[in-house]
Amino acid sequence: MPPKYHVLSVLVENRAGVLARVSALFARRGYNIYSLAVAPTDDERFSRITVVVDVEQAPLEQVVKQLNKLIHVIKISELDPRDSVERELMLVTVKAPAEVRGQIIELVELFEGRIIDVGRDELALSLDEHPERLDDLEELLRPFGIIDLQRTGRVALPKLERS
Amino acid sequence: MNTNGGQALIKSLELEGVEVIFGLPGGAILPVYDPILDSPIRHVLVRHEQGAGHMAEGFAHATGRPGVAMVTSGPGATNIVTPLADAYMDSIPMVVITGQVPLASIGTDAFQECDTLGITRGVTKHNELVTRAEDIPMAIRQAFHIATTGRPGPVLVDIPKDIVDPRNPASAMNWNWPTDADVTSSMPGYKPTTKGHPKKIKEAAVLIATARQPIIYAGGGILKARAAEALRELAELTGIPVVTTLMARGAFPDDHELCLGMPGMHGNYTAVTSIQKSDLLIALGSRFDDRVTGKVDSFAPDARIIHVDIDPAELGKVRRADVPIVGDCRLVIEEIIKALNALGGAESRMDITPWRQQVSAWQELYPLVYEQSIDGDLLKPQYVLEQLRDRSPADTIVASGVGQHQMWTSQYWKFNYPYTWVNSGGLGTMGFSIPAAIGAKVGRPDRTVWAVDGDGCFQMTAQELVTAATERIPVKIALLNNAYLGMVRQWQEMFYGERYSEVYLSPDLPDYVKWAEAMGCVALRVESPDEVGPAIDKANEINDRPVVLEFRTDSSEKVFPMVSPGTSNDQIDVGPLQNGLGR
Repeated sequence: MPPKYHVLSVLVENRAGVLARVSALFARRGYNIYSLAVAPTDDERFSRITVVVDVEQAPLEQVVKQLNKLIHVIKISELDPRDSVERELMLVTVKAPAEVRGQIIELVELFEGRIIDVGRDELALSLDEHPERLDDLEELLRPFGIIDLQRTGRVALPKLERS
Repeated sequence: MNTNGGQALIKSLELEGVEVIFGLPGGAILPVYDPILDSPIRHVLVRHEQGAGHMAEGFAHATGRPGVAMVTSGPGATNIVTPLADAYMDSIPMVVITGQVPLASIGTDAFQECDTLGITRGVTKHNELVTRAEDIPMAIRQAFHIATTGRPGPVLVDIPKDIVDPRNPASAMNWNWPTDADVTSSMPGYKPTTKGHPKKIKEAAVLIATARQPIIYAGGGILKARAAEALRELAELTGIPVVTTLMARGAFPDDHELCLGMPGMHGNYTAVTSIQKSDLLIALGSRFDDRVTGKVDSFAPDARIIHVDIDPAELGKVRRADVPIVGDCRLVIEEIIKALNALGGAESRMDITPWRQQVSAWQELYPLVYEQSIDGDLLKPQYVLEQLRDRSPADTIVASGVGQHQMWTSQYWKFNYPYTWVNSGGLGTMGFSIPAAIGAKVGRPDRTVWAVDGDGCFQMTAQELVTAATERIPVKIALLNNAYLGMVRQWQEMFYGERYSEVYLSPDLPDYVKWAEAMGCVALRVESPDEVGPAIDKANEINDRPVVLEFRTDSSEKVFPMVSPGTSNDQIDVGPLQNGLGR
């Protein structure tokens, strides 16, 4: 991951408007949200927002401090990619005329993805993997002609202690 | 079901200790206005919702208790956005209740509907839309808790009409009153830190004891924390001089020998220079605002920084702190004093006499000066303010608008008590003065309250004098009429080659005396120096209605000293008069 991105995991109360407040805060400071994923945690009262932010180090500290001031934000942690396990889901529709269909299927198998839909000249596939693997597959599919692509944004958990 | 949302709302306010609401009714908030008739809470009916907001602010400035305003939906809510933004910038505890269209109508562009939460999100410490009648007591409890704890600020509670209208079944509820524990546990994400870290406090004490050229940089946080006494104890224990920012005037007595007065863009030479030359800045409840720092990379270049603030986001925001301490100013100062005493008596601390002498020398060389007016010429605003100051009680509360008159008032008045200076610092809201003075007088009816205003500001919110006259709130207005938007004119003179664009206001249009009289005030025009004193004395004797004194002042006067925008504090310009005196 390029150094100018940071992954923040924000634990918030699961209530209307909280996401709006969080994103408004980033917008206000001009920080671009590269990706965002949000859903309730195992405790329905709380949700987790995993946001990848496009920002320099010093202002990031300010953003985190300002986020902490929001009443419904419980806790914020930064997930350093070196210390976390990350996943993201990607759905892609790619041109797949008969003569190249085999190559595409092979690629999907190599990446351990899945074909989720078959059209006359197109294939739809999904891959859930480390975000960099998604980047790789996307790059390899590009020459065939990508019709549509949708990613969910990464989610992450801290790596487990081993000692 | 034993009650309805409207009654529960008013009862909740009563139980939170609210004694006065500043407001203006309308369709959406009507059901809440009915129970007000039976409530001991005083309601002050304003003439513009902006007035309600600023009155609530003035009340909070003067009393330390949260100001409360109540307005209707749509335009009522949008009219109070400016006071919310003002309270947000100056950390004023305030609770604003806005009516809202019924829940089912939200998002349909209903009559007098607006996205109040969305619009006010960025200018409130917190805001909420209440969706069930039984949630009203908790929402009110939470609002007051948030507004008054940690870093104070404005909180908005949006109330849809259907949950308060007794004719609507959605408003039926059983009364409930959450306990303090219920309130804090309902907000697991809100836990302000008030106690400073003991290790940091010890570090601070060591830095203080070994500094050669220390300055205490006291900000508005001192007043929020009610820490004036503690500050005084710290200053007297250490003998360290104190500067008081625009938001902290009165937090340390101007008469005290250690008080250097106001720093910043229009601060006095000694305050500004002492900070620049210091080797230790003890920032207590101050936020290194750009008006104080000037060009940031040349601000106090040799100083180590101890920064105490209850808001962790302020630490390191503008300038890295050597010893950052998150906590309530008063509690932290008390701990620092203990730590200093534990280190030993005065002998264990650096002798800062040479520094004190240097600072005193600056005070001698660079007092505030202005040119006295010549007979027949317009009044000098500084002269008017000196007269006002000397002829009014020592604990007079002074409110101000924004501009030259504000700077001169802050410079020339002697603030010897906390909570006697009410002004709009962070947002710089013109028109703040009159409603804020009214709010302050309602909160402190036994004190003399003077509002110093400019003619530009006066025209923005003068209608609230009708409120004052009707409600018998005898505020006194010193209108410094120089016929210009003075501060803008000064900038155009200094930085735009005297190209005056859209700043002239005409001294006679409106006729301020006639206008003030029409609004129920006693009004006098003052044009010569010998009229000033008697007019002020007369005004100070009238206590059954508002008084407006219109002073015709000289528009060519500029506020000095000045640190021009974007320049270093080292380049402070003390003005032609000071320079001409050969210093």
